[in-house]
Amino acid sequence: MTTASAPTPKFQKRPTPARAVNRAIDERFGTQSAIRRNFNKVFPDHWSFLIGEIALYSFVVLLLTGIYLTLFFDPSNVEVIYNGSYVPLKGVEMSRAYASTLDISFDTRAGLVFRQIHHWAALVFVASIIAHMMRVFFTGAYRKPREVNWLIGIGLLALGLVEGFAGYSLPDDLLSGTGLRIAASIAQSIPVIGTWTSFLVFNGEFPGENFIPRLYVVHILLVPGILLALIGAHMGILWHQKHTDFPGPGKTEHNVVGHRVFPVFAVKSGGFFMLTFAVLALLGGLAQINPIWTFGPYDPAKVSSASQPDWYIGFLDGSTRLMPPWEFRGLGHTIPAVLWPTAVLPGILFTLAALWPFLEAKFTGDKESHNLLQRPREAPTRTAIGAMSLSFYLVLWISGGNDIIAHTFSISLNTMTWAGRIGLIVVPPIAYVITKKLCISLNERDHEIDHHGIETGIIRQLANGEFVEDHRPKPPPVSDYPQVPTDRIPVAIGAGEGEHGKGLVRRAGAAVGGFFTEESEKPAAPGTGSHGGGGQTKH
Amino acid sequence: MTTSKASESAASSSAGATGRPRLVSARFGRRSRSASARRRRRSSSIVLLFGLLATGVLWTVLAPGGNAADTASANEAVRQGKLLYSQGCATCHGLNAQGSTEGPSLIGVGAAAVDFQVSTGRMPLAAPAAQADRKDPLYSQTQIDQLAAYIQSLGGGPEKPNLTDEDLNDADLAEGGELFLTNCAQCHQAAGAGAPLTYGKFAPSLSQATPDQVVEAMRTGPESMPVFGSGQITDEEAVAVAAYVRHLQDTPAPGGSSLGKYGPVPEGLVAIVIGLGALLGVCLWIGARQKL
Repeated sequence: MTTASAPTPKFQKRPTPARAVNRAIDERFGTQSAIRRNFNKVFPDHWSFLIGEIALYSFVVLLLTGIYLTLFFDPSNVEVIYNGSYVPLKGVEMSRAYASTLDISFDTRAGLVFRQIHHWAALVFVASIIAHMMRVFFTGAYRKPREVNWLIGIGLLALGLVEGFAGYSLPDDLLSGTGLRIAASIAQSIPVIGTWTSFLVFNGEFPGENFIPRLYVVHILLVPGILLALIGAHMGILWHQKHTDFPGPGKTEHNVVGHRVFPVFAVKSGGFFMLTFAVLALLGGLAQINPIWTFGPYDPAKVSSASQPDWYIGFLDGSTRLMPPWEFRGLGHTIPAVLWPTAVLPGILFTLAALWPFLEAKFTGDKESHNLLQRPREAPTRTAIGAMSLSFYLVLWISGGNDIIAHTFSISLNTMTWAGRIGLIVVPPIAYVITKKLCISLNERDHEIDHHGIETGIIRQLANGEFVEDHRPKPPPVSDYPQVPTDRIPVAIGAGEGEHGKGLVRRAGAAVGGFFTEESEKPAAPGTGSHGGGGQTKH
Repeated sequence: MTTSKASESAASSSAGATGRPRLVSARFGRRSRSASARRRRRSSSIVLLFGLLATGVLWTVLAPGGNAADTASANEAVRQGKLLYSQGCATCHGLNAQGSTEGPSLIGVGAAAVDFQVSTGRMPLAAPAAQADRKDPLYSQTQIDQLAAYIQSLGGGPEKPNLTDEDLNDADLAEGGELFLTNCAQCHQAAGAGAPLTYGKFAPSLSQATPDQVVEAMRTGPESMPVFGSGQITDEEAVAVAAYVRHLQDTPAPGGSSLGKYGPVPEGLVAIVIGLGALLGVCLWIGARQKL
């Protein structure tokens, strides 16, 4: 650190205790330059870049509420007689896992609302991952050099599904047990290793005697641990590689234009976390989710009609519903029909999704690094393939709830099933063709405006009798926020012009900025003060 | 006197046609009383004389007024019911309720079936379809009782249970829940929200079913529903199931809006449309605030 080579104190005034502590830490660990470098990191501004943060903050909410639930949940298969507050189940035999979930819901302070926030957060977590994935896909953000982060993202999605399903299965209510029974059947349908796998996981024939404790470890330790590590890697790589941005005025492949982490981006993100928590808490407080008391304790002899998994597993439920009952027997083995829609199909889907950046690079021959994004219309084939995949997924997803849709809209269930079967084959190609044509048309329109200007609607008659329409030239692109091209390499400090004092955030930045940045590697330029981190820099 | 014979024969045929061990009607009591009087007549002459006298006295004191009125009103109900039947039902079910190609025979279905079908509005049928759906009833409860009396007079069958709030309050809710989840939830869904069966048939929502209708449906097996006879589900258990259905209808969802009681499907929709939708709105809002 630079303090060693600068023995004379830089401070004219007496350091405050906070500064003293800060300085003491810095002298030992050299934290200041790292903090300053990272606080000055610039993030581009576009609303769609915030979708991934929804997933991050939902995950934080999941951890917080999950910790509270672990204090009261008892993951045990031991049978007990219920004697809690919920009268319609009094005297009913059930597992301790189910009984303790009832106790969380009815006899624990704030237990029900925490359970509901936890569950809503799980649904929103996966939903925001998929929304984020769509943003990344349709803008081409996964291209070189960001393929690894795309792969990690696919891993996060897959683990999110596993984690969600494990949580859904823990309370040992009728839905949980029905879902696990199906999962066990899927495991058994795998040729050769199926039976062994199932017996290994359930410690014998389903439902086994100590499956819930095993699932509990998976749900609260193993998968969240891996998720956390992958999220760390995902964000670390993002931090290192810097964020992509849409092309625009002052934006190039070699810079990032936007706000610095501190204070603007940090304040925005902090507020965003609060708002995410607020939305999830509102859902948890106002909308009932997974009323396990209505479903009753799991009993293999019982099953409720319209038993569905949570929405993110719905596409596999749908594929199972659409699959014809084709069973293969031969060579001493049986391959049940359920193998294809529940094990093979998701395997193919996830493999294709993971390989996509490499497939695209191979087919387009584009081996360049890209830091600027594409608008969806600028890559019609990719956008069309995305629309095709989404429509394929949507048909499966809708089919997962086809019984409830059939009942709600008075359609025959058989009609729904056949509509799903035919739709699965017919809809994706149609989506491909329409999307591609739409993209090409939009590009043509853009081209038209670029070269001929915008139609004004004014028709003039020339002297020779000819009618012509006036076009006005396309206005130059306007950026609606300050032009702050900042080098991708961490920017030098001391760029603020002392414009603090206007707006709470700026004042906060000015007040706190110096605290973190005073031990600068380069002495601040005269007259600029010692803050550096405050406000967006203007060059 | 002919009318009283008619009601007597109707009662005896109904008793003969179905062994109803628990749902005993008021007419049985009167019939057994007169039977015991006949037995007494067969004893000694003094007893016979006394008995005759006593019977005569009792008959004059008790029977004529009340019984005549009862029989008369019962007959009136049957007569009115027959009238209503021939106007509204005979087209499909036949002039003598013997059934036709358009509708099944109603002989022996009992008052319970009539009360269920007509009070839920399923009969008269709105249109031939895979299954009749619940709608506002076309007949008043008096008319339904008259129709029920007429059908009951034809061949007996299960009668209307007439459950009171007390019956339901005394029922074992936990037992009702166990029975419901074991026997009913596989079609009607665990919260009684209803679900489809094959080819347009469905297990209807139980949100509007009255306790009487629940028991009637169990006993008579309307549409695709199987019959749950008293051999499978005792009267007491049937009341417990009805009480559980009432609990499902009346108890407010402890966790907030019940979202149609279907569980994961509406929950997923709400999470994506409202939850993610709101948060994408927040993204737009934060993203739009460029100049801080």
